[in-house]
Amino acid sequence: MKKWTNWLLVTGVVLLAVIPLLLVKNSNFGGSDGAAEEAISEVAPNYKPWFAPLAEPPGSETESLLFAVQAALGAGVVGYGIGFYRGRSEQRKKGERDAA
Amino acid sequence: MRKKQWGSGLLAVAGFLLYLLINEPQTAYGMHIMEGFLPVKWAVFWWVVFVPFFVLGLRSIRRITKERPEAKLMLGLAGAFTFVLSALKIPSVTGSSSHPTGTGFGAIVFGPLVMSVLGAIVLLFQALLLAHGGLTTLGANAMSMAVIGPFVAYGIYRAVMKANGSQKLAIFLAAALGDLATYVVTSLQLALAFPAASGGVMASFLKFAGIFAITQIPLAISEGLLTVLVWNWLQSYNRTELEEIQSLQKRGA
Repeated sequence: MKKWTNWLLVTGVVLLAVIPLLLVKNSNFGGSDGAAEEAISEVAPNYKPWFAPLAEPPGSETESLLFAVQAALGAGVVGYGIGFYRGRSEQRKKGERDAA
Repeated sequence: MRKKQWGSGLLAVAGFLLYLLINEPQTAYGMHIMEGFLPVKWAVFWWVVFVPFFVLGLRSIRRITKERPEAKLMLGLAGAFTFVLSALKIPSVTGSSSHPTGTGFGAIVFGPLVMSVLGAIVLLFQALLLAHGGLTTLGANAMSMAVIGPFVAYGIYRAVMKANGSQKLAIFLAAALGDLATYVVTSLQLALAFPAASGGVMASFLKFAGIFAITQIPLAISEGLLTVLVWNWLQSYNRTELEEIQSLQKRGA
């Protein structure tokens, strides 16, 4: 029962990401931040950013790499944590069975 | 052994930084408010507002780890969850992409203050390595993602639980609305800094909310679903510790 709900949750997330790709034509799905940048230049045409990022990825390929690194690091820790808890809970259950 | 691993990790980060510094800069796109895109007085204002929350967050983390050293792994997990989710740029119905925040989970488990520190670390990583967001705008971005979002999430979780709603529903709504609140606040921050010539702050707010908040609605739902998913896993393997950590907050965060 629980396994089934979890798969449903994952399917929901995937659908939410895929449906826009199918429904919205003629868009390259740029970041909403880029759109905000344009909006600022409409509202305040004379505004100039007064500070530049200290370092920027040299191109979109490197940027993708860094995003992948960020996701991988996070997923690694989440996976480690859940795996650790799972192992521990199974160990405990085994201990209880052996004691009984 | 552990020290060595930390050393090599730091070395790798330093290497990345050096590599990026040497490379030529290009036009910036930032998630949240981009570097330099808030006028100085607003940048300073949001930094000043954010710092007290950060200090309280540090105190909260110190208290939690002192009372329950074994909660450190769960703390790492909450931070890592934010780390993954804010790296996922998901396409949305408006034809642009944005990312979830992942801050609702930690806020529900540990209370909202903890996220002011964990969220700020994620934002710092993105500002330094990815040029997404920025150092000058970090105060504003941290207020929206690491403070107000988590507080909204926590408040909604508590309210739904008190109304005797199901816990899963409470988690879903908390994570989804906390995510949405983050982007509503971002829109407000931009509107305050850039009021429209006609219509003022309100007109600007609607414009920015049209970009951020509407893009965010399906992503907020995704975040709600993912948060319930992680909760389900933790509950099946570590229910007691999860409940014990949660009960810490009730004795004053």
